[in-house]
Amino acid sequence: MTTETDIRDEISPEFAPGEVPESTPAPGVRHLLSLDELGADGIVEILRLTDRFAEVTRRRIPKVPALRGRTVCTLFFENSTRTKLSFESAAKRLSADTMSFSPGGSSVAKGESIRDTVETLEAMGVDAFVVRHGSSGVPWQLRSWVAPTVSVINAGDGWHSHPTQGLLDAYTLWRTLGTGTDDHPDLSGVHIGLIGDIRHSRVARSDVAAFTSLGARVTLIAPPTLLPPSLVGWPVEVSHDLDAVLPELDVVALLRIQRERMVEALIPSLLEYTNRYGLTASRATRMRPDAVVMHPGPVNRGIEIDSDVLDTHPGAVITRQVANGVAVRMAVLFKLLGSEAADPAQFGTGEGR
Amino acid sequence: MAERERRKTRPFGAVFVPRTRILERDGIDRALTRIAHEVVEANEGLDDVAVIGLQTGGVPLARVLTDKLRTIEGVEVPTGVLDVAMYRDDIGLRPVLPEAITDVPFDLTGTNVILVDDVLFTGRTIRAALDALTDFGRPRTVQLAVMVDRGHRELPIRPDYVGKNIPTRRDEVVDVSLEAVELGEMRR
Amino acid sequence: MTSMTIGIRGGELVEPGGRRHAELLISEGRIVDVGEGVGEGADLVLDASGCLVASGLVDLHTHMREPGREDAETVHTAALGAARGGFTTVCAMPNTTPAIDSPSLVRDILRLAESVPCRVLPVGAITKGRAGRELAPMGEMAELGVTMFTDDGTGVADNALMRRAMEYASGLGVTLAQHCEDPALAGGGAMHEGEWSARLGIPGQPAEAEELMVMRDIALSRLTGARIHFQHLSTAGSVDMVRRARRAGVAVTAEATTHHFTLTHAECRTFDPVFKVHPPLRTSEDVAAVRAGLADGTIDAIATDHAPHTPETKDLPFDQAPPGMLGLETALALALTELDLPVERVFDLMSWTPARIAGLAGHDGSLRVGAPADICVVDPGQSWTVSGRAMASRSRNTPYEGRTLTGRVRHTVYAGRAVVVDGGDGP
Repeated sequence: MTTETDIRDEISPEFAPGEVPESTPAPGVRHLLSLDELGADGIVEILRLTDRFAEVTRRRIPKVPALRGRTVCTLFFENSTRTKLSFESAAKRLSADTMSFSPGGSSVAKGESIRDTVETLEAMGVDAFVVRHGSSGVPWQLRSWVAPTVSVINAGDGWHSHPTQGLLDAYTLWRTLGTGTDDHPDLSGVHIGLIGDIRHSRVARSDVAAFTSLGARVTLIAPPTLLPPSLVGWPVEVSHDLDAVLPELDVVALLRIQRERMVEALIPSLLEYTNRYGLTASRATRMRPDAVVMHPGPVNRGIEIDSDVLDTHPGAVITRQVANGVAVRMAVLFKLLGSEAADPAQFGTGEGR
Repeated sequence: MAERERRKTRPFGAVFVPRTRILERDGIDRALTRIAHEVVEANEGLDDVAVIGLQTGGVPLARVLTDKLRTIEGVEVPTGVLDVAMYRDDIGLRPVLPEAITDVPFDLTGTNVILVDDVLFTGRTIRAALDALTDFGRPRTVQLAVMVDRGHRELPIRPDYVGKNIPTRRDEVVDVSLEAVELGEMRR
Repeated sequence: MTSMTIGIRGGELVEPGGRRHAELLISEGRIVDVGEGVGEGADLVLDASGCLVASGLVDLHTHMREPGREDAETVHTAALGAARGGFTTVCAMPNTTPAIDSPSLVRDILRLAESVPCRVLPVGAITKGRAGRELAPMGEMAELGVTMFTDDGTGVADNALMRRAMEYASGLGVTLAQHCEDPALAGGGAMHEGEWSARLGIPGQPAEAEELMVMRDIALSRLTGARIHFQHLSTAGSVDMVRRARRAGVAVTAEATTHHFTLTHAECRTFDPVFKVHPPLRTSEDVAAVRAGLADGTIDAIATDHAPHTPETKDLPFDQAPPGMLGLETALALALTELDLPVERVFDLMSWTPARIAGLAGHDGSLRVGAPADICVVDPGQSWTVSGRAMASRSRNTPYEGRTLTGRVRHTVYAGRAVVVDGGDGP
């Protein structure tokens, strides 16, 4: 047996004080409002965690008790079947209780303010709000109203941000393209074209943040009327000519076009849009054969993309995006609700193994 | 999961300071050899036996145990790794490690699962592991192999195969690797 | 009103001619003596040691919200805030509900203003209901003493109508003031269109929405010879056009608000609707241009655009919340510390020149015997922390919440009455 002093001298450098693995969640991370706030390290951590939950979703019983007793409330002031179901499915696979609020026929329709609604729901015992609103910034207002112990997750605000969509798109590309290493996501050297209504798209803003933080080269492809009024600080290139850029793209990411953009005189007609920016069958032949085609859904068949291209192009990953959405949202919920840093003094020395 | 890994991550930030060396490399190896023989004997061979290592401390031990079973009986037993973080009753007190994967690439229904971990302490990890296993099928039996049983159980759980029993104080920490078993404590 | 005498002692008088140490004696609403020791023995002696003593401030742009939104502000609470901020006269904007577009509504405001601690000059609407279609009866309102007209909240978009309004106003000797914002180009934008609106995904309004109307009104002033006053100029382009128009002899005057020389559109990144205002907070280049315009005399006046909104309405999403900020209680401190201007210039911008634009007789900044006793006493060295809750307003939407400012009003004398004494509301 050695003496105490001898052994201390042999302490391996891996026990150096202050050393913390890269992947450790920062203490007190409670909200996911935008990918800018999450940061590059946070994005990588969520994508790595997503792998673990993707494994859960492939199990015979795709459910774990991780968030038993926690309550997740979806608060959708704007219609979205997909995102809402995806979050609810993620919460249920983590064994959380779910509540759902949408303003149709509710007291919001009678003039109750968002703040009163949120405070009422919070009083019923909600651990996390998953909020979507047609106005940019509402999740930030929510965060300032709820108790500091309650998490706020942005499920899409106005034209601004849709962080879980950015994360699931990045995850889908990492796993589809096989870039980086098996346990470290990276999109260096990948050229991604984001095509369509960038100006009004929260998906575009979050995709740009997610893709560029992983090293991808991003080109925005749209008529000038559908680009943001300023691109200062956006690490992107811009083109108004899809045909010129298309053959160079590893990833063709299409965005949904809204009919009302015609009324606002941002495009002359949907037909002209499709002719210049749609992934038509003839245009698709000029695409790299191994190019990945993405779309956040719901797809306007025949406008952003030709039906045949959507159904037959081997690199179309639209359903994979949906499947990965659940795993990404499980990772987000688990990180925010299931892995918060706690004071070790709270549970004394019996640390439970 | 090895205590030192849990302990050195935030919010703990503490350092494991070993005080006493309980087992050396050859002692650990001998203990695993003995456990392998006990497994073969208790199961009357290795038919339907599967080995599952618990993330992260049980994983290398399970690998060595599988090697020894192959040497003894000449058969390859199915192996998997399991992380119980999503099943624990103290979620929120533990950081989540993205690298601690779960991989059980076969149906457990009808198998005799040998669950392998490094240290048996309160029993809560094993309780969580038993929950997790049921999501992968319905094993005929589940047997527990640990390198160290340090006592202080909080649940009605007992090991089937033990490398070494070590009496400890609650506030001490046992650190197990393939190189050594050490008793010490965490310091900030 | 009162026969009580007030002495103001120990301060430094600030007048257009310069600064000097002297005491003031006030009686019957007038300054009755100026000089060494004249304030001694007055019924009420106000200690002004370490303070600047000047003519009371005049705000060309105050929203008092009465009638219609008494939950946000009343003439009384706005006047209280004005007095605390050193103002003795405010111009009440007509975008109330209903709009001040008739003599009877002007009389209502004048009646409400009789018993408040600040002079209230009702400003009339240019068009009926501020709807931009027909002229309001400006002549009848002018007979009640209204000297300024505006559709503030919106600009008069119709070019021909604005031409007629200017022609008509020139015959009455009144001033038209314009909120410059081309409604089609502004297109419902909730903040300045640029780098931040693009990042935040908030619909923006370009600087050109303001500049187009500034450009048009300069042209119409040249055409009609009528005076035009530009409210809350916020862009470098606007300041530049006004500078060139004045040089060319066009009869234009202009004001800028405190928030347009202290805050930029980057504030909107918190999505807090307290930073939503029209015209919107602009770029740092625009802020620099507004400051330069204030320094070189292109911009005649600092106005508050004091625009109270209840907490409930400011809890709406950014794009739905009403625009506007509180300003009366913070304006002087911001002007004294944020602008690198001599104090004479600050009082010129906040009192002497706005009084001339508002047609306020006798208020020329000179603290001579016989001058009206509207006096502001400010301690330029006193620090204080801004708190919306502590303000007189019924609303709390100050964009400076929690900021420490230097320069605080110690006393305000309005029409010979001490309405603020030692920073507190007077008797």
